[in-house]
Amino acid sequence: MTRVPSRQLLASVAVAAVAIAVPFVLDALGLDFYLSLASRIIVFAIAATSLNLVLGYAGLVSFGHAAFFGLGAYVTAILITEGVQSGPVHLVATVAVAALAALVIGAISLRTRGVYFIMITLAFAQMLFYLANSVKGYGGDEGLSIRARSLFSIGDRVLDLKDPFALYYVALAVLAVSLVALARFAPSPFGRAVLAMRDDDVRAEALGFPTYRYKLLVFVVAGALGGVAGALSVNLQGYVSPNAMHWTQSGRLMVMVILGGVATVWGGAVGAVALLVLEEALSSWTEHAEFWTGFVLLAVVLFARQGLVGLWTAPARERRR
Amino acid sequence: MPTRPSLSAVAAALVAASALSLAAAPAAAHDKVKIGLVSTLSGPSSALGIDIRDGFLLAVKLNGGKLGGLPAEVIVSDDQFKPDVAKQLFEKNIKRDKVDFMTGVVFSNIMLAALPEAYDSKTIYISANAAPSSIAGKDCNPLFFAVSWPNDAYHEAAGQFANQKELKSVYLVAPNYQAGKDSLAGFKRTYKGQVVGENYTKLGQLDYAAELAEIRAAKPQAVYIFLPGGMGINFIKQYVAAGLGKDTTLLLPGFSADQDVINPVGPAMAGLFNTAHWSPDFTNAANQKFVAEFEKEYKRVPTLYASQGYDAAQLIAAAVRDTKGKLEDQAAVLKALRAAKFDSVRGPFKFNTNQYPIQNYYVRTVGSDGKGGLINKSFNEPILKNHGDAYVQSCPMKGG
Amino acid sequence: MAGVLVLEQALNGLQFGLMLFLLAAGLTLVFGVMDMINLAHGSLYMVGAFLAAWLVGLTGSFTLGVIGAVALTFAFGMALEAGLLRTLYARDHLSQVLATFALILILNDGTKMVFGNDLPLSAPAALAGPVELLPGLQYPAYRLLILVVGLALAVLLWLLVQKTRLGALVRAGASNRTMATAMGTDIPRLFTVVFGIGAALCAVAGALLGPLLAVQVGMGENILILAFVVIVIGGIGSIRGALVGAILVGAVDTLGRTLLQHVLREFLPPQWASAAGPAFASIAVYVFMAIVLAVRPQGLFPARG
Repeated sequence: MTRVPSRQLLASVAVAAVAIAVPFVLDALGLDFYLSLASRIIVFAIAATSLNLVLGYAGLVSFGHAAFFGLGAYVTAILITEGVQSGPVHLVATVAVAALAALVIGAISLRTRGVYFIMITLAFAQMLFYLANSVKGYGGDEGLSIRARSLFSIGDRVLDLKDPFALYYVALAVLAVSLVALARFAPSPFGRAVLAMRDDDVRAEALGFPTYRYKLLVFVVAGALGGVAGALSVNLQGYVSPNAMHWTQSGRLMVMVILGGVATVWGGAVGAVALLVLEEALSSWTEHAEFWTGFVLLAVVLFARQGLVGLWTAPARERRR
Repeated sequence: MPTRPSLSAVAAALVAASALSLAAAPAAAHDKVKIGLVSTLSGPSSALGIDIRDGFLLAVKLNGGKLGGLPAEVIVSDDQFKPDVAKQLFEKNIKRDKVDFMTGVVFSNIMLAALPEAYDSKTIYISANAAPSSIAGKDCNPLFFAVSWPNDAYHEAAGQFANQKELKSVYLVAPNYQAGKDSLAGFKRTYKGQVVGENYTKLGQLDYAAELAEIRAAKPQAVYIFLPGGMGINFIKQYVAAGLGKDTTLLLPGFSADQDVINPVGPAMAGLFNTAHWSPDFTNAANQKFVAEFEKEYKRVPTLYASQGYDAAQLIAAAVRDTKGKLEDQAAVLKALRAAKFDSVRGPFKFNTNQYPIQNYYVRTVGSDGKGGLINKSFNEPILKNHGDAYVQSCPMKGG
Repeated sequence: MAGVLVLEQALNGLQFGLMLFLLAAGLTLVFGVMDMINLAHGSLYMVGAFLAAWLVGLTGSFTLGVIGAVALTFAFGMALEAGLLRTLYARDHLSQVLATFALILILNDGTKMVFGNDLPLSAPAALAGPVELLPGLQYPAYRLLILVVGLALAVLLWLLVQKTRLGALVRAGASNRTMATAMGTDIPRLFTVVFGIGAALCAVAGALLGPLLAVQVGMGENILILAFVVIVIGGIGSIRGALVGAILVGAVDTLGRTLLQHVLREFLPPQWASAAGPAFASIAVYVFMAIVLAVRPQGLFPARG
């Protein structure tokens, strides 16, 4: 099943076209306030996609993924606070720190399994959360505000992420690259090995796959991508606080992945769009958005086990029977 | 008729052209004044935000739904004690609702996180409470006006009072954030005795068993706390429960002994001294009207937060009135705000060059209200007179 | 008087640990016996606290309010289990996480709709003052009550699990579910009762801690995580483990945050010391858990043989 069905390809192209048009449409309608919502959705789509890699494809229920997101945000914010505004430096530093953290956390956590893996990833995330709380020099529990943003020079022009359009398209580009990479990963030999390990890693190990190393690699890549999402997030918000690493944020990311569709290319993105749009829509209509959000999520768990993407591909799966 | 356009025609054309260009911009010719009020309306410290909101809305109501002659639309939202929520609400009010003024935030850390939204869009912020030292000094900003009191002020007054009462040793407690730091710095600035302990608690912390044990071990003559809202209520209750009230004097800043604390804590509050810039028993005409109307409308005694919300509305009204509603001329609005020509419920009020108040501070004590309850009563003679703040020199704004 | 200080902080740590035990006990039973991750456990703690605040306000009696709240939460827990949660036992942990996360949202907002964002709850006036435990050590009477109730419940739970038929069934179910079913235990009813007991224990903790903390929406989230840490350290499915784990965590947390601050204050400005102390104490708790997981992953007192 390496050929993407053309129905899916057309849908992907359509979505891409809409995504590219969004800022212009919003601006024309005078709704530019909603551009920051759109950017926020893209950023969380990246974060959820990175979690999907580790959770959906590798089957590792990591309850501490928000830690990498937060780390990326903090690294960028601290660099900007210290006067370093270069976007490429932010990117390299973010990836390096997040990947290193993922390497350390993964190396230790992957020695456990099942519920213990869940708990230990949670523990590490909480440790980072409390660490961020303790560093009074960079805001501590009050959080860190930044006035400037990342700057990228392209030729002789400077792309300042303070410009909402610039931020949106940079984030969209990152998301697009991530999705394409994920789409190529699943059918690749490495991807198939990882999926095999997810389904039965004793057998995979017996067949000679280095399960520990493969899982660690996936964990590190996912962590790095999560960090990049965090760096984009702090550029969007101009503010980061330890709350970004709290376990409830990891929970939210997991909700997005499961809502969208575990182990599907679009799962993270669809889940992010669905959850954030649902919350925004509900909060305009009712004071009790949380209540109804909870019911929708419960319904998805009970009745739509494959997530929203699953609902979309169900007819295709039916036809293939 | 001459073929050349007459002067009046040219003038009319120019006015029309500028009106058209302004109509494209958000701040078009104003037929109403829009204010975004973001405050803490839920959680243990919600009483503070609720009072700011109620005080503000009362002023609007008493003016017939108007401020300074223009109909006022106040958009109220809850920051849930979370800086990132406040930031998003500011963004919503400014970009989507296109407000003319922002106001309302209770806590400095929340306000500091959200302020850049206002600054970046050149929206004026009138602070009805938080007034951190950073913005009084090096970070001062022409768009920021504090209609409350500089964060340090109550504490400087308390330090002075502690000197007056000859309290030789004091233990200090405050939450670990900008305002907490400012508060204890303020106390230490005026206090001449010995500080035997300085403990910063987690913002929002409600269980003080550990801190009270430390206080007991340190044996100070007095304890001074800066714990707004629910934090103060819990601390005072637990302080009394731990038996500390007998040997140590508890000194409080005004808001830790205001009506929202007196009611839940009850009789243990009687006789406690606190310092503030306002008291419900002030006899000036503006205050008597305010307190009477507030009690009539909301069936409770106003706290100083309510007085600040009320004054914030009055300040905005004065600016709208003095610029005759031309809010698009921001320079004129700022000038009118700086002049602050309104009758504050606290009595004399004027702005310093850093747009923080210069005013008097008084000692209050909690006593009987004659109806079986407790209320604050102020001493006539201010403990600090025409007091500004210690940071104004570092502010580059020099007035005018 | 450093001795008095340490003793007082130790009592505080014990008090906190015992309340944590009440939450952890219910959680470990549900996890151990039913193999279900229930993120909404903290919400039951919140529901218990709100019911207590409401009933105390209604009846004017602290005792009646607390007892009523415990009874109502017991019933509510059983209804929740029978009505919704039992469909999740067969599902994977991930689905359980999502479903119970959704439940947190529903319960948080639902509580807000019924009771508002927070309710006041005061300790009974009779216990508002201190008790002189030792010359120079005055300890709040109310906290002593919490200690006494916590210890009493610990003993009761131990008796229940070790000496009663129900307890034997629970232990059997925790150590080997299939065998227990094969031996004829009415598993569904057992599960409902176990869940109800867990909920009732949460309610006791919520009601007792209400006057010290604040009865407000969302109060369960932070303590839930600590409860999970406790059961991992203690051993999933083990009441004894939950007790030992909870007291250890309570001690590390409380003593850590106070003693560490003293040390840090020697060379850090007070604001930094005050922030770093509690943060490092919290980190220490998680490091402790990580060490237990690395060295003895089944916990200190594993239930499964």
